[in-house]
Amino acid sequence: MNSELSVKSGLHDVIPTTFGYIGVGLAFGIVSRTSHLSLLAILLMSLVVYAGSAQFVITSMLLAGSPISAIIFSTFLVNARMILMSTTIAQYFRRYSSLANIGVGSLLTDETFALGMNKLNYTNHQLNLRWFNTTNIVAYLVWAAASITGALIGNLVTDPKKLGLDFALVAMFIGLLYLQLISDRSKKLLTQLIVIIFVVVALYISLIFMSANAALLVATLLGCVFGVVIER
Amino acid sequence: MTRYIFWTIIGCGIVTVLSRTFPFLLVKNFALPKWLIHFLSFVPIAIMTALFVENLLIPHQGRLPGIDLENLLASLPAILTAIITKSLLAIVVVGIIAMALIRFFALV
Repeated sequence: MNSELSVKSGLHDVIPTTFGYIGVGLAFGIVSRTSHLSLLAILLMSLVVYAGSAQFVITSMLLAGSPISAIIFSTFLVNARMILMSTTIAQYFRRYSSLANIGVGSLLTDETFALGMNKLNYTNHQLNLRWFNTTNIVAYLVWAAASITGALIGNLVTDPKKLGLDFALVAMFIGLLYLQLISDRSKKLLTQLIVIIFVVVALYISLIFMSANAALLVATLLGCVFGVVIER
Repeated sequence: MTRYIFWTIIGCGIVTVLSRTFPFLLVKNFALPKWLIHFLSFVPIAIMTALFVENLLIPHQGRLPGIDLENLLASLPAILTAIITKSLLAIVVVGIIAMALIRFFALV
């Protein structure tokens, strides 16, 4: 990663994350095909919803015949963290038009959010439309292509996990977390480490009382509160 | 595609896009208070930790979560690669290979 905010650097920066999209996208295509969704429905979901974990939830709820309202509400809960990420990243796009902001926001994901946050550490806390749209659009297209490919090969591959591709996502979060830790100069390393440990403990305890999605949100919010308190 | 599936996808798409774009319009039109900006500055580190660690835990409602040994084991070479190379691509590739080997040899 460098200080450049061009289309070229956007393409360069997004490449590692595409592995995650390919792995999870293939898995989504395969799973939803075996859940009897049509190719068109799978493609439509990847293009319209465009949210990894939510799409797995939707597929399983469709299979179970859940009411539409319940599926929509679950999707909202799974994606509630988006509100937090969008609010964080939106601060760097205030100078652009509302339409440009909607464009960036519509395609924001966990991965491009994390990528953008890492990029800030190299660009003197600047982001621009060109760089962010490049990463967003590449991610979007790779996701759609991977899901449809997964759907097409769904009948051939019985166990996509054998290839280890599903771990790409976890590895990516490891990488993005580590890079964030060592390159964010606005916070002390010790402060960041203490916040990390706090979030781990908060998540561990929250998982006893609530679903994984709710626990993720609660642990993140508590982690932010904790960070603010110890920095004061 | 039945109408049931079609409208579910459209509905879910609408709530997702609203969750993603509404904050942008809010932040564009209203200056965020200082305390909120300070709070949000911890979002990256907190959410990335949570997203990573969530994959290491297996939730059991009402009891302490279990540990996902496969993911934990594959995380070690990935973390090591992070420290050595600082390259996202290398971390992801090593992680995938590590996981494939763990499953191939049925280490867990």
